[in-house]
Amino acid sequence: MPDIPIQEAAYNYAYLDEQTKRMIRRAILKAVAVPGYQVPFGGREMPLPYGWGTGGIQVTAAIIGRDDTLKVIDQGADDTTNAVSIRRFFARVADVATTTRTEEASVIQTRHRVPETPLKEGQILVFQVPIPEPLRMLEPRETETRTLHALSEYGVMQVSLYESIARHGRIAKTYNYPVMVNDRYIMSPSPIPKFDNPKLDRSPALQLYGAGREKRIYAVPPYTPVKSLDFDDHPFEIETWSESCALCGSRESFLDEMIVDDTGKRLFLCSDTDWCQERQGEHQGEQPQEEPAK
Amino acid sequence: MPPVLRVSGLTKSFVIHAQGGLALPVLRDVSLAVSPGECVALVGPSGAGKSTLLRCLYGNYRADAGSIRVRHRNDHVELAGAEPRVTLDVRRRTLGFVSQFLRVIPRVPAVDVVAEPALRLGATETEARRRAEFLLGVLGIPPHLWSLPPATFSGGEQQRVNIARSLIADYPILLLDEPTAALDAGNRDGVVELINQRRDAGAAIVGIFHDAAVRDAVATRILDVVPPGAQPPGVQP
Amino acid sequence: MTVRPLLSVRDLTKRFGNRVACRDVAFDLWPGEVLGIVGESGSGKTTLLNCLAGRMTPDTGSVIYDSNASGLVDVHGLSEARRRLLTRTEWGFVNQDAREGLRMGVSAGANIGERLMAIGERHYGEIRRTATDWLGRVEIELDRLDDRPTDFSGGMRQRLQIARNLVSNPWLVFMDEPTGGLDVSVQARILDLLRGLVENLHLSAVLVTHDLGVARLLTHRLMVMQGGRVVEDGLTDQVLDDPQHAYTQMLVSSILPV
Repeated sequence: MPDIPIQEAAYNYAYLDEQTKRMIRRAILKAVAVPGYQVPFGGREMPLPYGWGTGGIQVTAAIIGRDDTLKVIDQGADDTTNAVSIRRFFARVADVATTTRTEEASVIQTRHRVPETPLKEGQILVFQVPIPEPLRMLEPRETETRTLHALSEYGVMQVSLYESIARHGRIAKTYNYPVMVNDRYIMSPSPIPKFDNPKLDRSPALQLYGAGREKRIYAVPPYTPVKSLDFDDHPFEIETWSESCALCGSRESFLDEMIVDDTGKRLFLCSDTDWCQERQGEHQGEQPQEEPAK
Repeated sequence: MPPVLRVSGLTKSFVIHAQGGLALPVLRDVSLAVSPGECVALVGPSGAGKSTLLRCLYGNYRADAGSIRVRHRNDHVELAGAEPRVTLDVRRRTLGFVSQFLRVIPRVPAVDVVAEPALRLGATETEARRRAEFLLGVLGIPPHLWSLPPATFSGGEQQRVNIARSLIADYPILLLDEPTAALDAGNRDGVVELINQRRDAGAAIVGIFHDAAVRDAVATRILDVVPPGAQPPGVQP
Repeated sequence: MTVRPLLSVRDLTKRFGNRVACRDVAFDLWPGEVLGIVGESGSGKTTLLNCLAGRMTPDTGSVIYDSNASGLVDVHGLSEARRRLLTRTEWGFVNQDAREGLRMGVSAGANIGERLMAIGERHYGEIRRTATDWLGRVEIELDRLDDRPTDFSGGMRQRLQIARNLVSNPWLVFMDEPTGGLDVSVQARILDLLRGLVENLHLSAVLVTHDLGVARLLTHRLMVMQGGRVVEDGLTDQVLDDPQHAYTQMLVSSILPV
């Protein structure tokens, strides 16, 4: 049992009691051992509502230690309410250092993005997952989706992509784009933009996915193949922009579109605030519009 | 020529369960042998069991006892008590049956109804169609009817479609149940002509011909079918 | 003949509690044969069909299938994975209610293409071509390819279900009252279509129906079931024209003449 020097001992270390963390760690180990497989766990009530990252927080709480440096992002940003709250929460209950710099972090909890800065070995990316079951929209019965996973019967997933092309002329899914993990399980990558899907493939970092409401944990161990589903004649493609970031000039990062005034003036900005700031530091004084694509 | 159809001891009765298992004997110990080139005409009073005999030979009625041996695929096959697939194969290649009534298949054009047996035996679509149209022509079905389903045809037209269907496949054994009933004189002669052609080409034929003129024109031999009560039973070597 | 039965059923019995739904059923189905199972409601014919198709586990008995891919297999001894693979590659199942056999939320093309995608087809254009071809073969206008079956009539849905099953070129198709609940004119079209497909594709089939007219048109052989037992079997025309068993005679004599 850890000693509790700084806290008033009202909470256990990292909020959850040791039995719970042990249970979650077991689920995580199992998830790592069977990449892409959804492991049920006894999710606890957390001091925030479902949909705000209860799954991710429990995973983070189960793996974090005093030596860790935590980064929390929400849609790529370190400074949104949700990200700030979760960061503060762990600073308080786990006594960890926090950062906004991707490369300094040992644990990164994220909602809806993968950082632009390439991840390294030893880093852990914790995803907040609203709906862990990629087949749910196609097959409402849990017993049946489990069977489909167990038997690798994934025709129905392909059917949904077919349907998308038939209706829109292309695979119109732009986020939460289904992936095949290690040639075995189809997995929901959580609602990240499909732009981020290639970053999951053979990533040196460990990816952990926590779904609080449905109480599921799944994982992609380092260097595991993660393939986005597609058709031979409609291959998977990521979004591109003709614009560049108005602040840092980036052309290779995921851009958010903002309406900045009542006349409908639009601005494109990096969704990853850390990446954007790093680049602004590097290219200080330069006009972003003149920044050539790297 | 050795017989290609040999029947011995064929016995058939109908048991009506709704009437307390009442048994109606129809055929008793019938024997018959038909060689290629022969046409045996079954004669006897109405209700003597001529039709029942033909249907037993085709496997449409189940024989109670006796043997029906048929030359089929260079072998002799027992039809009495045969497995369905055996009977079906014999019907597909060896045994043709013309009944008074055509069982109409919805939506299928007359020419395809006729061509079907030939297609089943491996004829090409073109070849089967050509022969079907030839037969329909010989039998006096006007060409504008060929592409229509026979459901709406007159009785005589339906029967001629049925005859064409039975003759297209050159079955070595033909069973004919009143093939010329409901036909006018001209069409009747056409049918007689076709039957004789088949007989002279070596088909073994057993038939019921109510019309004496037709019978005289096609039959090489007469077999008396007598009701089981009467003596002696209809036996002919 | 060196031909083997496609399906060999022995001593098949299925109980629900104390009630015996089917008892000691045994038969061989040969390649190219269409077997009809007839009887009244509650005679056990649908239960038998479900046991044959691996959808229900019999209490005793065996169902041996001569698989194109893996030789003789005991349908109920297979792992669930292999049985399900079999059912979506070498087999088909046509439900009475097309809604049970279709995905009502996706287009006709996706419905037909699902089996292809399930066995690894990954070329969208190719899947679409095949789906279009099958739409034509079941006489649905080709411009309905991207419409959902919710917009189809009952007859069209049933034809779509047939296409969805036959697209993988199955060897054996199970059909449960495929024309039940449809208008007579719609029935006739489906019967004719099925008859042509069975003939041209050399399919074997087991067809459950209470309609003797359907049985006469589509099947080569019949099994008559009463109270879970097969009381009579034989060539279809022989069973219907010269029924032996009291129950069969009653069934045949109950048909209204047209």
